[in-house]
Amino acid sequence: MRVLPPPAFLHGWVARWCLPALVLLLLLAAPAVLSGFRMGLLGKFLTFAILALSLNLVWGYGGMLSLGHGVFFGLGGYAMAMFLKLEAARDKLPDFMFWSGLTELPIFWEPFRHAWFALPMTFILPAALAGGLGYLVFRSRITGVYFALITQALALIVSILFVGQQPYTGGTNGITNFRTIFGFSVTGAGTQLAMYYITVAFLALTYLLCHWIIASRLGRLLVAMRDDENRVRFSGYNPAVLKTAVFTLSAGLAGVSGALFVPQVGIISPSLMGIVPSIEIAIWVAVGGRGVLMGAVLGAIVVNGAKSLFSESFPDIWQYFLGALFVGAVLMFPSGIMGFFRSEGWRPGWRALTQARAAVLKK
Amino acid sequence: MINLLSRKLGLGRPAPASGSGVADSGPILSPILSVEGLTVKFDGFTVLDSLDFSMERGEMRFLIGPNGAGKTTLIDVITGKARPVRGRVIFDGWVDLARRQEHDLVRLGIGRKFQTPAVFGSLTVFQNLEVALGFRNSLGAQMRDLNAAGKERVWHTLEQVGLTSQAQRKSGVLSHGEKQWLEIGMLLVQDPKLLLLDEPVAGMTRRERDRTGELLQRIAQERSVLVVEHDMVFVRQLARKVTVLHLGKVLSEGTMESVQQDPQVIEAYLGHSKPRAAPRATPTEESGGGLRSTVVAPA
Repeated sequence: MRVLPPPAFLHGWVARWCLPALVLLLLLAAPAVLSGFRMGLLGKFLTFAILALSLNLVWGYGGMLSLGHGVFFGLGGYAMAMFLKLEAARDKLPDFMFWSGLTELPIFWEPFRHAWFALPMTFILPAALAGGLGYLVFRSRITGVYFALITQALALIVSILFVGQQPYTGGTNGITNFRTIFGFSVTGAGTQLAMYYITVAFLALTYLLCHWIIASRLGRLLVAMRDDENRVRFSGYNPAVLKTAVFTLSAGLAGVSGALFVPQVGIISPSLMGIVPSIEIAIWVAVGGRGVLMGAVLGAIVVNGAKSLFSESFPDIWQYFLGALFVGAVLMFPSGIMGFFRSEGWRPGWRALTQARAAVLKK
Repeated sequence: MINLLSRKLGLGRPAPASGSGVADSGPILSPILSVEGLTVKFDGFTVLDSLDFSMERGEMRFLIGPNGAGKTTLIDVITGKARPVRGRVIFDGWVDLARRQEHDLVRLGIGRKFQTPAVFGSLTVFQNLEVALGFRNSLGAQMRDLNAAGKERVWHTLEQVGLTSQAQRKSGVLSHGEKQWLEIGMLLVQDPKLLLLDEPVAGMTRRERDRTGELLQRIAQERSVLVVEHDMVFVRQLARKVTVLHLGKVLSEGTMESVQQDPQVIEAYLGHSKPRAAPRATPTEESGGGLRSTVVAPA
């Protein structure tokens, strides 16, 4: 029997904009049907979706597997948390500093009192770190697994540093106990709903930004670099500059996702920026589909949704289910959920459907 | 060692590292490429040994020699991939190529094709050329589409290398020969002054080889081309001038015929066996075949 190609609507314009539009509509409508708790969870997953988009840009398109994106997420989160903590403490010293024996506010905390400083810093801090580190690494032509290892070391170093500097960072507990955000109670239902919609808006903006880059010549240059960096170099480009630029932007976006995460979840701590959370980001992207923007969004939502579903239904053994999901995804859908629908996986499914129809017709 | 070029230009044989001849001749008469006393060592092993080499503007030169002669290393130095211990490489009469980065050299007008075809497999043929063409654009300019003139240039190049009908295909699925042509196209679209081709017909069928030969002849009308090649039938068809490298030095230089009769060359390829032991190569031979069997057939 002739195997039909994937239906045309899965490619072209429809696939490019209909699925994102559908997802956006669902996300906008979700608060109407979800309980406050579920909506809070979904809001958290959406910040992860932004994070996954940022990693997809460098890994899925640029071929640079960063295992340190948790750090950039965390830096954005800490910048936001410092702002919220100072708002909660009003004119007093933040509680954990007081417990650690500090008598006055460290000087680098001072500017985070102001939103005009703290909010841009959620992007600038991680971007600056990524820019500096990236340029040194890429200039030395460190690529592939060595780049992954260096970024993983970064995740370890920064999380240890933050644990160790308890008076300044809140140590293992991180920064928590926020009260208000711009005067509104952080735990209030209205604030949570507003934060949810702000997150949806940022997700849509990040998606559009990534799409704009990917669809441009710069995006194709990025893919070219993934395919053959040497050819790009011998075509007259300096790969170090290109890679640093993309890595920097990606880290900044990761920071923004961290900043959106903190007011919704109410905490940022070193355990959210270490090695394991950094690897988890890569898993979301792998499950969703590397090199497809929508794959990162769906991967983050599906994996985290499954994680919370399993942990509620099977509190003792849920991690095995999660493990099975990862192994299964890698074995059966090596190019992720989106890759499955886009090409290879669709054909056997389509073949099975046509065969079943033929069998029914024979009877 | 003969240096026909310097004789022709009346410069005398360039003394290693003197460079005076180049300066005197001015930018118009100066060779496109002038290598002076170039020494390259890898782990103490001398790959190029005070090599002197020179190429005229608009010339198509073939570089041959037994394995390990230093052919690819010479190209590596010209393109910034390998660094010399001593000596210098002057491009276009005034640019000293040592210590410059690879992408800088491309921007000066030196294009290089690698031995194995290197194209961007996930991009279409058109997009491959588009990426190559944008090499002088800033990051911001890369966010805008190619202008009409740029697109026209890509289509023109596609026509030159005979890949117009393949424009929208992913380059990863092209045949070996088509990939080689695409890579040559990626260089052409950048309009280099000097084109370096490392074994452009390796692994090609005879028809592909013939087409590549025609392509190279057309390319050579507009720019200088240096070709490293093992396929002696191909070299014989195209070469006006051949340089034989051996153990990091120029062993012989001249027309294919004169080079083939040079006893030094015969010895380098055949060791100490007698020249008549080499079978005669015929132009109709199917492929380049073994070096030994075809390179030094005495005329």
